[in-house]
Amino acid sequence: MTVLLKVEGITKRFRGLVAVDNVSLEVPQGAIYAVIGPNGAGKTTLFNMIAGEFAPNAGTIAFNGERVDGLSPDVICRRGVGRTFQIVKPFPALSVEDNVMVGALLRKPDIGAAREWTRVVLDRLDLFDKRAQRASSLTLPDRKRLEVARAIATEPKLLLLDEVMAGLRPTETDRMVDVFRRLNQNHGVTILLIEHVMRAVMALAQEILVLHHGAAIAKGAPKDVVREKAVIESYLGAEAVH
Amino acid sequence: MPLDVYLNVAVGGLLTGLVYGLMALGLSVIFGVVRVVNFAHGEMMTIAMYLAITLFSVLGLDPLVMLVPIAAVLFVFGYALQAKLINSFITRPEHSQFLLLVAIAIILVNGLLIIYGPDARNVQTSYSFDSFEIGRLIIDANKLYAAFAALVVTALLFAFFRFTATGTAIRACADNHTGALVVGLDVKKLYALTFALGSACVGAAGVMLLMIFDVTPALGPAYTLLAFVIVITGGLGSMPGALLGGVLIGMTEALAGLLFQPSMKSMFTFAILVLVLLIRPQGIMGRRA
Amino acid sequence: MIGRILRDVPRRTLVLLACFFAVLAAVPFIAGDYVLTILILILYFAYTGQAWNILMGFTGYLSLGHALFTGLGAYSAASLFVHFGVAPWLGLLAAIPIAMAVAGLMGFLAFRFRVSGVYFAILTIAFAEFARIGFDHFAWVSGSSGLFLPVAQYAHNDLWRLRGNPMMFYYIILVATALAFLISYLLLRSRTGYFWLAIREDEQAARATGIDTFRYKMMAVMISAGMTSFGGVFYAFYYNNLFPEQVFHIARSIEIILAPMVGGIGTLFGPIVGAFVLETASEGLRVILEAFGIDVPGIKQVFWGFVLLAIVIALPEGVWPWIARRLGLKERGP
Repeated sequence: MTVLLKVEGITKRFRGLVAVDNVSLEVPQGAIYAVIGPNGAGKTTLFNMIAGEFAPNAGTIAFNGERVDGLSPDVICRRGVGRTFQIVKPFPALSVEDNVMVGALLRKPDIGAAREWTRVVLDRLDLFDKRAQRASSLTLPDRKRLEVARAIATEPKLLLLDEVMAGLRPTETDRMVDVFRRLNQNHGVTILLIEHVMRAVMALAQEILVLHHGAAIAKGAPKDVVREKAVIESYLGAEAVH
Repeated sequence: MPLDVYLNVAVGGLLTGLVYGLMALGLSVIFGVVRVVNFAHGEMMTIAMYLAITLFSVLGLDPLVMLVPIAAVLFVFGYALQAKLINSFITRPEHSQFLLLVAIAIILVNGLLIIYGPDARNVQTSYSFDSFEIGRLIIDANKLYAAFAALVVTALLFAFFRFTATGTAIRACADNHTGALVVGLDVKKLYALTFALGSACVGAAGVMLLMIFDVTPALGPAYTLLAFVIVITGGLGSMPGALLGGVLIGMTEALAGLLFQPSMKSMFTFAILVLVLLIRPQGIMGRRA
Repeated sequence: MIGRILRDVPRRTLVLLACFFAVLAAVPFIAGDYVLTILILILYFAYTGQAWNILMGFTGYLSLGHALFTGLGAYSAASLFVHFGVAPWLGLLAAIPIAMAVAGLMGFLAFRFRVSGVYFAILTIAFAEFARIGFDHFAWVSGSSGLFLPVAQYAHNDLWRLRGNPMMFYYIILVATALAFLISYLLLRSRTGYFWLAIREDEQAARATGIDTFRYKMMAVMISAGMTSFGGVFYAFYYNNLFPEQVFHIARSIEIILAPMVGGIGTLFGPIVGAFVLETASEGLRVILEAFGIDVPGIKQVFWGFVLLAIVIALPEGVWPWIARRLGLKERGP
């Protein structure tokens, strides 16, 4: 199995504070990989380094066999990494369709071709009926799916999802899980997700990395990881162990 | 040229710069709290200057005495402006606020033009031509008094923000708008108060600048621009920054006027502005947003 | 291209547009020079507003210094004409690249150092002020004493050298306005246009969507400046005199942006509608004041300020979106 994303020993410090400490991970092609951990564990920082928002202080990130650490977000996206934001960032005044068009135009410079592809993506994310609405008028679950649609429209090999389930009701979460499973199985998109909602993680991920205070404390299949004492302590609080 | 000349010009620039600083402080305070850029700032200052001219010609009041009533008038004007108009624009996009203030500026400039005509005016006090000599340094009495008054007003404002309950509430408002709402502060009223204080600052600065320069209605936009340059140089929202920026720009103007043609002096202030924007966009004393 | 336009644009909009430009084209046959001079002014602001709108309306960067680009255009073409007798259409070959180069420099500095928002606006003012003072001391263009184009009584309209009567200038600016509208339309519907809107809406998200934001912002500022500079060339040959104090003054920059702001930022019709509303209000005020025998300098501007105030308060999105809703037309984006 080929490795699509290989992170080796990356570290990020903010004014002496170590946000991510010597973390390594390997995401195989076609996998769904989850990073979990309590608030402030450094998940989003790890994510932002992979997406190119900032460069790591140490360590390397390789995507598709090439070094990408230190490259800017737009270059990384063009290499084939799509992302969503923890606090959703659709283009508020544009219609749902135009939001996705922006993504589609990245690899399909022709307007007509981009529009066709946009409709396909909208359909995949169950947004086709809302295509004429302004993004700012959408509900939170819809806005989250719109962000995923925009990222998918850039035809990424790897999709980074930053707490895309947060704030969703259980039924909405299940719907979202279903969307990602289809994207992964039918369209071959590799997914790396940061998630708080364990229900989603357990349903989706084949492999989990647990971060705590910036360091990786456990790694493995979901079933095994949640049984580890360190994970339960850090994640659920020490009292849960007893 | 002998060194004395440079020294004298530099000191003159420093004193003028302190008054500039007070003017810019008004803009900075308003932006720091209300998050609205007052594009009518210079126009409000010219209003204060013309008020001073009227009071001087009718009552013969000394500018230093007029400072208080004129600052009070501008305070009321600023309060009304924020409470009646700008508050409803707080949530609108930046360009919408800009257009509102441009409209106000147009009305103010041309209102002054109608009342006072286009000619330059100034005031002549009994001490207009006095000066103090310290060794070989000659300081204009006008500039010294004006700078001193500017420092006093700045200190008062500083004390207000630091030591009064209302001042603290305004600072809380500036730091965390939502938080201020949650703890039950009347944000709109505090905004109006802030705009009023900023206006009072620029009003006081106007009276003092009148002791140094002539005034015409058309000067409004130029002073708005100058206030921007100073505030951005010093750091938008920083009180000491405004004062420091004022001194820096005042001295630059004075020395550039001496070394090159006076008409070229604003080129140097703009050069400083561009450098600051590129190298340290948060300003000399500002914090990165 | 034409086919696509006919397909994409709603029938109603096309009919309206055709009628609008047909009426404007017919005006010189019915109206005199007085109406023409006012229309020239309106179209001039519609044109420059359209050009400015590309930077602010499409890309979200507020320029308060566009007088820099009209000024550079005006001075480039006029000085070539005065010194070497170069016709303005050839002068454009200098004016447009000069304006674009200066815009490129300004954009490079601003975007490399991530200057945005109010700071970007102030930077544009600084550049315009720089030019104002610089040209004041630039002897080759006569500095502050002003550059004058030779004016003689022309027996016929010389379109090549832009010497002639208001009717000639009217048609030139009418064609320019129509072209600027078309260019803006095509840009907005292009890949570049989509990327500009994305940058305007959320720059970080735009970058994460793979857009080289630096490159597209550079394109916006340079295209906007290049188009604006033609407005300056027109201004120079229409008014025949140039003073740095006036041409580069911040008041000129503000004039340029008022029409699209009042009409509706980011819309294609906004600059045109805004220019009509503002100039009609301004001229109407003049006529009314004259009728009452009031001749006080500044009074017209005060009224004008109040009109502006009323529009800003009552129609926050601008006049055009409001009209469009009533006409049942819809234009993409705000």
